[in-house]
Amino acid sequence: MSWPAADPCQGLEGDLYARVFAEGARDDTLILNMGPQHPSTHGVLRVLLEMDGEYVMRAEPVLGYIHRMHEHMAQNRAYVQFFPNMGRVDYLHALAWNWAWAGAVEKLAGLEVPRRAEYIRVICTELNRVNSHLLWWGAYLLDLGAVTPIMYAFEDRELVMDMLQLITGSRLTYSSFRFGGVLTDIDTEFVSRCRAFLKRMPERLEMYRELVTGNAILRGRLEGVGVIDQMTARRYGATGPVLRGSGVGYDVRRAEPYGLYHEFDYAVPVHHDCDCMARYMVRMDELEASLSIVAQAIDGLPEGHCIHPDAPRGKWRPPAGEVYFAVEGARGKIGVYLASDGTEIPYRVKLRSPSFSNLSLFAEIGQGTLLSDAVAILGSLDLVIPEIDR
Amino acid sequence: MNGSSLAAVAPELLRLGVGLLALVGFIAANGMLLLYVERKVAGHVQRRPGPFEVGPHGLLQAFADAGKLVGKQLATPAGADGLLFWAAPLMAFMPVPLMFIAIPFGENLFGLQTNLGLVLILSFAGFNVLALCLAGWGSNNKWSLLGAARAVSQAVAYEIPLLLSVLAVALMCGSLDLRQLAGSQGGWPWQWNVAVQPLAFFIYFVCAVAETNRAPFDLAEAESELTAGVHTEYSGMGNGIFFLAEYANMIVVGCVATALFLGGSQGPFAPGPWWFLAKMYLLVTLVIFMRWTYPRVRFDQLLNLNWRWLMPLALVNLLATALAVKLAG
Amino acid sequence: MAILTAPVQALAAVWSMVVGLRVTITNFFKPQETIHYPRQEVPPSHLDSFRGHIELVGTDEDPAKARCIGCGLCAELCPSFCLKVVAEDLPADPTVSYESHNGADQLMPRPKFKAPPPSQAQPRKLLSYHLVYHTCSLCGLCVQNCPAGSLRFSHDVYLAGASRGRFEFDLMERLRGQAAHGGPKGGKAHA
Ligand code: SF4
Ligand code: SF4
Repeated sequence: MSWPAADPCQGLEGDLYARVFAEGARDDTLILNMGPQHPSTHGVLRVLLEMDGEYVMRAEPVLGYIHRMHEHMAQNRAYVQFFPNMGRVDYLHALAWNWAWAGAVEKLAGLEVPRRAEYIRVICTELNRVNSHLLWWGAYLLDLGAVTPIMYAFEDRELVMDMLQLITGSRLTYSSFRFGGVLTDIDTEFVSRCRAFLKRMPERLEMYRELVTGNAILRGRLEGVGVIDQMTARRYGATGPVLRGSGVGYDVRRAEPYGLYHEFDYAVPVHHDCDCMARYMVRMDELEASLSIVAQAIDGLPEGHCIHPDAPRGKWRPPAGEVYFAVEGARGKIGVYLASDGTEIPYRVKLRSPSFSNLSLFAEIGQGTLLSDAVAILGSLDLVIPEIDR
Repeated sequence: MNGSSLAAVAPELLRLGVGLLALVGFIAANGMLLLYVERKVAGHVQRRPGPFEVGPHGLLQAFADAGKLVGKQLATPAGADGLLFWAAPLMAFMPVPLMFIAIPFGENLFGLQTNLGLVLILSFAGFNVLALCLAGWGSNNKWSLLGAARAVSQAVAYEIPLLLSVLAVALMCGSLDLRQLAGSQGGWPWQWNVAVQPLAFFIYFVCAVAETNRAPFDLAEAESELTAGVHTEYSGMGNGIFFLAEYANMIVVGCVATALFLGGSQGPFAPGPWWFLAKMYLLVTLVIFMRWTYPRVRFDQLLNLNWRWLMPLALVNLLATALAVKLAG
Repeated sequence: MAILTAPVQALAAVWSMVVGLRVTITNFFKPQETIHYPRQEVPPSHLDSFRGHIELVGTDEDPAKARCIGCGLCAELCPSFCLKVVAEDLPADPTVSYESHNGADQLMPRPKFKAPPPSQAQPRKLLSYHLVYHTCSLCGLCVQNCPAGSLRFSHDVYLAGASRGRFEFDLMERLRGQAAHGGPKGGKAHA
């Protein structure tokens, strides 16, 4: 007896378990594993590349190397105990995730947040966004081969971290928000440091422009590279600077206002070129926008409590129900879906991380680019791998 | 072979032998020095001290690193072609002392007087690309292979405008002898060839940076794209020799530029080898500064720059020079 | 047109490179930012807000005695399970049954005795207080929620060690040591 001659998979290769089949690699191509240990995948992302010479024929991101089951952890602990996890989902914009979690639970339980606490939240979240964008800027330039900018970025980041340390006590994985407010109030020391920082930044940004943004090599590397048109960006659910670089002025702070963002006057930078340079420019403009928000918030800081006196402490039982709460993180829309059955621990938590959607774009726009462009595109999406895997 | 001919040959041979030995020492010392300078420049540009702990202000760091590199195991990756793999670093380094031999550091400080000095240097410089090619192929590593492919097309492309720009100067002076070329210029900057041939100097400089695989043209190494390109699999001294060769090549192109364009060992006062070295190190420092300033160009941009800008410009420059020489002569 | 604009663009490109080089060269001559750690240290004003591991706060009268009332709330709230509070046992009240929050008591056989829930009403004597710092996530929940104000963050920036044991603290002992060395008396609970 012989097996049927026909190939049951019809030349397709794939995974019987996941039932995903696709055409296999051609004979004359090179399969290249970029990552999980590669300098420009920023962590443990693995991208499977099928290359023809230097050209990327197909790019397939492979996830899961740093999956830590944050959602499941949330379902095994009291509401307030989930805060330290948020700083570890996205270590670069920890406070936005803090806010997403705090906001979701506050929305569920109808908790009130004092005005001062809201201002403090705005200040430190925006400072954190500046921090995140600065690091992205440095690391992206590192991807593109310029080694020095990241050091300048860290010079400024150091100041922001010093300030945030005053409020949160930590330097990276902040967990300082609480239901109904924030853990610590800000003092005059913070305010004076913050003002000094705000004064310093315009000059620094000017230097960044001279050193990097205006540089002909950089422009050559980024302009016209990795074009994501509006529809594609929409189709993949891209958010944040990636979407705004594709000409869509969607910002959660504007579209679904939360906190007291409606009280501030700031620009939502949008660029219409859809390429890596547009995303770069969006982030550089956002740095300025964030700094202006911080300046306004510092000036208008109201008196009051930093946490509501009746805010729940420790383990408590919010009412049953489900909510969805979204905030604008440095990488895009951070969403928390929360279902409560009225017990001390959440029934179901789902985290929507922007990097996940943004990364999935790469498989499409990475096709047919040069390897160097693939690196530039991957960097321009500003991925934080722990956020993708959660 | 009789005695008289031996006596006739011996001084020349002796000079060559001593010169070669001295040059190897010079190259090794320079490798150390440049490693230190590069790190210090990188450090200060980035507002940090650079190497600091080994010796006063980190002066001994390069020696410590050399010791470390020598002490490391030389691993040949599985599936690599051992012969080619280890031939590559040697091939990268061996031509280097030969290139130095024709360089006139001073009026009378040179290894070999030859009327084809320039051709000698340029032809031996071509070995470097062969070494990178072998290294990339022999490593049995896909990143290395990509790096080697880049290195080859880059080196081949940039050799042409380099030659053309050098040729313009040679045409002007009517010689290929570096000593004569250097000697034909005066002591003051406006008497140097760079004043007459600024475009040639610019083209030469860009091509030289590309030829030596320095940033922003370090595509063969391209750390953030190809991990370390052709050097990915080299450990210990294998890597060390590549580094030494890279620095030595930098010095060579700096020397040639000094001799051709910057008046060699002439200076406004007290001409001598120190002028030569000072100018050469200034150029090398500029190259180092560039590495810590610019992002890396993309591969096609690199080639475009060459074929669409440097090559035509060099050709035009050469033609104009030829015309001017003809008319003036 | 391209033949006219291209050279202008090329010159602009070259100029942008010169501008970049100027930035790095000016930075080259600026003072360094580095703090040479073992010889220099970060100014203390930058360290005050640093959260080290948590520590106990002594009472105003006796700095060697913690304010802790042994309620165990901190250990219960800690998301990383890194606190262990050993307090003098009070006789359990068998008539009261305490529901567990996740319905596990429906599945598990009921224990005869259960520790009473954290309560401020019945101060218990603290016997020992252990912190396993290597799993602590520095969330501040214990500090925030301690009813007696007995916890705060220490400021030991330079804590380092080569073994896990170095990061397991008996905080009672630490407090006594601090008191003996004339450490901070009483003080603020919140850092
Ligand atoms: S919460 Fe405070 S009082 Fe209660 S056991 Fe912990 S340290 Fe002691
Ligand atoms: S700070 Fe958080 S993790 Fe650390 S001991 Fe306190 S409650 Fe536990």
